[in-house]
Amino acid sequence: MESHFATEAAAQLRRRSPRAVAVNLIGPVTMLGGVAWAFLQPYRLTFLHPQRQGFWWLLSEPPLYVIVVGLVFALVLAPGLLEDLEEVEDAAEG
Amino acid sequence: MLPKAEFVHWWFATGFLIIGLLLLAEAFVGEDAWRRRPWRPYLWPSFAFLMGVLMWPVMVFFTSSTIHMLAHGSWAQVMMLAGAAELGLARGKLHSPYWRLCTALAFVVSGTAFLIHEQNGWLYARSAFLHHLIGWTLVTGAVFPLLRSFRPRAAALQTGFALVFIVLSVSLYCDRDVAPVFGHLSPVAGEPHR
Repeated sequence: MESHFATEAAAQLRRRSPRAVAVNLIGPVTMLGGVAWAFLQPYRLTFLHPQRQGFWWLLSEPPLYVIVVGLVFALVLAPGLLEDLEEVEDAAEG
Repeated sequence: MLPKAEFVHWWFATGFLIIGLLLLAEAFVGEDAWRRRPWRPYLWPSFAFLMGVLMWPVMVFFTSSTIHMLAHGSWAQVMMLAGAAELGLARGKLHSPYWRLCTALAFVVSGTAFLIHEQNGWLYARSAFLHHLIGWTLVTGAVFPLLRSFRPRAAALQTGFALVFIVLSVSLYCDRDVAPVFGHLSPVAGEPHR
């Protein structure tokens, strides 16, 4: 059963057009950018060391903003968009 | 107690990142797939309009100089104009594709405002460098929305248009109130902080 799912998932990945792959990558690449930034400048994430930080410093966590934007894109926008793209591509193929 | 200018720059950077990613996704999938859900074409113009509205409080509260106030006010106006024109096109209330020229105008006005209101040279401090960089990015990047008005379905133009927003976003994220740029910081710029 498991191997059946794995085979189907692999076949689906193979079927994906370059456009679908590109859309699928937007969210993860953005998140990766945010994570890399967080590792390079951990002091930008003030929630990791919140002592003596003011309200604005605690609100402003730019690497986290980038990660959240990528995450929201990947979870909210990309799935529906890929579905629609697949339908358009199927229709074009006839 | 007002937030530091760099915080505001980061918030707007996030807005431009969202717009850039939406436009990039639209460029990748094409207009037909993008318009399959009726709410999707409204996404990026709504963000542009909203950011124009949010620029007004920035104009009101960050009045370090008259020229800053004028620059923020001009950005608020042109961002609202571009957002409204694109919303009108998405809704079908506006028909002529030349309404997209409003976005090209917004780029030129915003870029020019960046260049004019930065009074210091490129290497005065990081913020000065970024103001020059963003100004020239917007002025030269205006070619994408300009050509997009005549060829709205060209994927290369759409991608270029999206990338301008992403470059703008990265530049704004790099902004710090007082920080060196390539090892340069004017002694009169103030005390640098992380």
